Amino acid sequence: MNFEHILFSIEDGVALLSLNRPEQLNSFNAAMHGEVREALKQVRQNPDARVLLLTGEGRGFCAGQDLSDRNVAPGAEMPDLGQSIEQFYNPLIRALRDLPLPVICAVNGVAAGAGANIPLACDLVLAARSASFIQAFCKIGLIPDSGGTWTLPRLVGMARAKALALLGNRLSAEQAEQWGLIYQVVDDANLRDEALTLARHLATQPTYGLALIKRSLNASLNNSFDEQLELERDLQRLAGRSEDYREGVSAFMEKRTPCFKGR
Amino acid sequence: MPRTLAVQMPEAGVRLITLQRPDALNALNTELLGELAAELDAAEQDGGTRAVVLTGSRKAFAAGADIKEMAERDLVGILNDPRAGYWQRIAAFSKPLIAAVNGFALGGGCELAMHADILVAGEDARFGQPEINLGIMPGAGGTQRLLRAVGKPLAMQMVLTGEAIDARHAQRAGLVSEVTQPEFTVERALQIARSIATKAPLAVRLAKEALLKAQDTDLASGLRFERHAFTLLAGTADRSEGIRAFQEKRQPAYEGR
Repeated sequence: MNFEHILFSIEDGVALLSLNRPEQLNSFNAAMHGEVREALKQVRQNPDARVLLLTGEGRGFCAGQDLSDRNVAPGAEMPDLGQSIEQFYNPLIRALRDLPLPVICAVNGVAAGAGANIPLACDLVLAARSASFIQAFCKIGLIPDSGGTWTLPRLVGMARAKALALLGNRLSAEQAEQWGLIYQVVDDANLRDEALTLARHLATQPTYGLALIKRSLNASLNNSFDEQLELERDLQRLAGRSEDYREGVSAFMEKRTPCFKGR
Repeated sequence: MPRTLAVQMPEAGVRLITLQRPDALNALNTELLGELAAELDAAEQDGGTRAVVLTGSRKAFAAGADIKEMAERDLVGILNDPRAGYWQRIAAFSKPLIAAVNGFALGGGCELAMHADILVAGEDARFGQPEINLGIMPGAGGTQRLLRAVGKPLAMQMVLTGEAIDARHAQRAGLVSEVTQPEFTVERALQIARSIATKAPLAVRLAKEALLKAQDTDLASGLRFERHAFTLLAGTADRSEGIRAFQEKRQPAYEGR
């Protein structure tokens, strides 16, 4: 399939998905949603893909919804935004969270609206020093979507989450790192290299085990302590049946570097 | 040899039946239902089977009836349909039946899962009665068992809109007894079956009957039935063994007598 609005490749275990509507700051229209969905489906189905790196082309990472797709003419019927979320954004966020492999997001520039919350659905977020996060929804009468109202309080606490969502101020990448919203800030010039280095490392790791780690940490946000202990028991049982676990132990005993297959 | 099911005895007393029509998401065509009914008959006759686990694939328990097959039937065909008889045989199975549901349990698949006594679902299981979307309605207990399991408002919503609910919702509503990680659904169902298989078969059978009775009689009749069943067990060798083993602090050995 030829993509028009994204760049997509799978090489040496690394699936690279770059949003590619730089003139529109990579904002989402229906066509780009469709392509991202298709690419994520390919990542899920391709056993060679062991890590996903999500980033954007040009100055911005993603400016959220392309509002020209949603212009409400005077007197025209109001659009049902719930429908758009149900159809596009929620499946995208769920797909990122449910992918059974680590997802790195390299935020290369401004991340606004849904574009500020899509990284928060990923597992490891790197951001260029010049990047920023803007919960712009409140400025046009909307609420943070794409999981924002759920992830923000969990990542930065309720007080800061409310300030971000109610004021819609620009949050610098450095501040975002200090607040624990993202994993790491990187100098602009090094962002893509650092992200790729991280991705290449993860592509050699026990992917199945990493997927279970991701699953357990995601579940912990909803589970009680006892439910989580039971989940750990179950997922460890699964992990213990994996080829990579056997390889990991024997490499340790034989004092050699393990060779993981991701199974 | 059944063609649309696989049957295994993974451990003593436990029979595992796996629906296998992978190309059709285990849609319940007449052949499959017939084989399932026959298989449960065989399990009924077999003294070595104490509990049965029924499951589908990782992707679908059973995604409904076979629409292609259904389209070919006219009114007379439906009147003479052998399937109604198969459903009755499945419902009449007297040993514990545990459904391990992963993925889709829709239409006839949801109805089949509701024929089970105990229902374990993987986290990504989905239950629904989408018949209404095809201009028809559930025809194998969907309007009856669903209402008894989840209550009127949710049953009405599911049957009239055709929209499915997920495993957690199904558990909250009382349709499902346990939700597990999908990889463990069958294992967990087998564990439950194993536990049941160690109990006294006659007690298990009468207890199941009493519980099912509770669903469709008034309380007084239900209590009367329970008392009769309870009294009946007083004459069994297994009851003496159960009480003795408890007093002697050892595992009982039941023989079904």
